[in-house]
Amino acid sequence: MRAARILLAIKTRRDERRAHGGAMPLVPAASISGRALVTVIAIMTFLAGLTAGAAQLVASASSDWRSSVATEITIQVRPVGGRPVDPDVARAAGLARATEGVESVRAYTREESERLLEPWLGTGLAFDELPIPRLIVVKLKDGQTADLAGLRKALSDQVRNAVLDDHRVWVQRLATMAQTIVVIALCVLALVLVATALAVAFATRGAMAGNRDIIEVLHFVGASDGYIADEFQSHFLRLGFEGGALGGGAAVLFFIVARAATAAWTATPGGDQIEALFGSFALGWAGYLSVVVVAIFTALLTGLVSRGTVRRTLRTIA
Amino acid sequence: MVRFENVGLRYGMGPEILRDLSFSIEPRSFQFLTGPSGAGKTTLLRLILLSLRPTRGLIGLFGHDVSRLDKDTLTGLRRRMGVVFQDFRLLDHLTLYENVALPLRVQGKDESSYRAEVTEFLRWVGLGERIHAFPPVLSGGEKQRAAIARALIVKPDLLLADEPTGNLDPSLARRLLRLFMELNRLGTAVVIATHDIALMDQHDDARRLVLGEGRLHIYE
Ligand SMILES: Nc1ncnc2c1ncn2[C@@H]1O[C@H](COP(=O)(O)OP(=O)(O)OP(=O)(O)O)[C@@H](O)[C@H]1O
Ligand SMILES: [Mg+2]
Repeated sequence: MRAARILLAIKTRRDERRAHGGAMPLVPAASISGRALVTVIAIMTFLAGLTAGAAQLVASASSDWRSSVATEITIQVRPVGGRPVDPDVARAAGLARATEGVESVRAYTREESERLLEPWLGTGLAFDELPIPRLIVVKLKDGQTADLAGLRKALSDQVRNAVLDDHRVWVQRLATMAQTIVVIALCVLALVLVATALAVAFATRGAMAGNRDIIEVLHFVGASDGYIADEFQSHFLRLGFEGGALGGGAAVLFFIVARAATAAWTATPGGDQIEALFGSFALGWAGYLSVVVVAIFTALLTGLVSRGTVRRTLRTIA
Repeated sequence: MVRFENVGLRYGMGPEILRDLSFSIEPRSFQFLTGPSGAGKTTLLRLILLSLRPTRGLIGLFGHDVSRLDKDTLTGLRRRMGVVFQDFRLLDHLTLYENVALPLRVQGKDESSYRAEVTEFLRWVGLGERIHAFPPVLSGGEKQRAAIARALIVKPDLLLADEPTGNLDPSLARRLLRLFMELNRLGTAVVIATHDIALMDQHDDARRLVLGEGRLHIYE
């Protein structure tokens, strides 16, 4: 039993020695509660990675809406009093075409309008009997302010039953919401990182208290504070990279799985809505990159914080 | 090299262990520090080592006033001193070789530059066979010799040894004393704290600093 323990201790020392390129680390790895810290760092990195990825997702989804919807407005023409709506549609489309800053105008035919309603009303209805509004989609030229006020006035003067629908107010509101979400996500990210830093500081202080004798001897044989801080930092940096890799890997895995799951759901109405909001969970390479950056940052933060803690603590010891 | 002026020291709110100490240690000098157990020998060595600050009085070390030292100077001063602790203070997770090489390693020296020398030192103190042993499996005397080798490896300007022969048999003690004397001839100032009368008699032209009741009596 005792022999086995000694053999194990020797083996551990050998592994440690190998990890440090031949020289035994002056602060024994076993004296640092490494596994607990790696777990904490992994969880924190996972949360930070999720937050960063989600922020990325919302940001890119909102810029998608803006680019696709912001250049589009619609005109609705409601049928009134049983007279045919087609001439009104043609007139409204003509007015739109004549407006400055408009790139193209497309009026939905009656059949197309009915098909738009099919998912809600089902097939086989006598649409003739329903006063179905007709849509005209107006694409605006990029980077130019169209004279929408003029168009609105012209429509209300000449085609009383046409209404201009400017999506851009709605988009603006969604964009503001998305920005708010991104800002909140950044705050959460900052909080998670601060919590990680505190956990590392506590762990470092614990490790220093446990190795007080070693630190004292190192001082007596002429080690500078910087040298001692290096010894601790190299340990904690390694723990940080372990935890960061675990947590960051889990976050990346989460997004991959979530994407596969939403891809499988898109057939269902619920999936449709999620997709409309988040653009199918497809985290772009920038999203994955941000998770990786967060993981690396956490690891570096770990090394840095432990170094700072060591130096600050050493300053109080003679 | 070391200068004490009216130095007093108490631990916390306790009694004054050392009172009005005034003396100096010259370069290349050799002295024994002696006195009954509990007289304050270890305490005095810790003052020189800067691991304790005096509660009053002045201590000068290599021309620096120790009350006004920055950390870098402090590190520099410690590199000029070799210490053998009464309780050895070897690092248990390092081999003897690594323990003895420690003062050179923390100075950032390359291992290849000192490997032969460290091995040579270990052989010199009779530990040639135990280079790769870890301190916990060694006898008290073996640890003591490793601690001595660690103190000497940097060829210090000042050697402080606290009971360096306490765990050794008389003949080994004599051998190590001769080692200290040799080192002294090569230019190191030596302070050996001991209550081993026989050891002091081996080198009876050495200076004696005798601590008793908090005061120091010097016999040149
Ligand atoms: N850290 C400490 N805190 C409080 N009192 C201490 C401390 N270290 C030593 N003392 C006290 O200071 C006195 C001198 O101790 P010191 O260790 O210097 O004696 P010494 O001469 O080295 O004794 P020995 O020959 O037994 O080694 C003792 O009475 C001891 O109890
Ligand atoms: Mg003592």
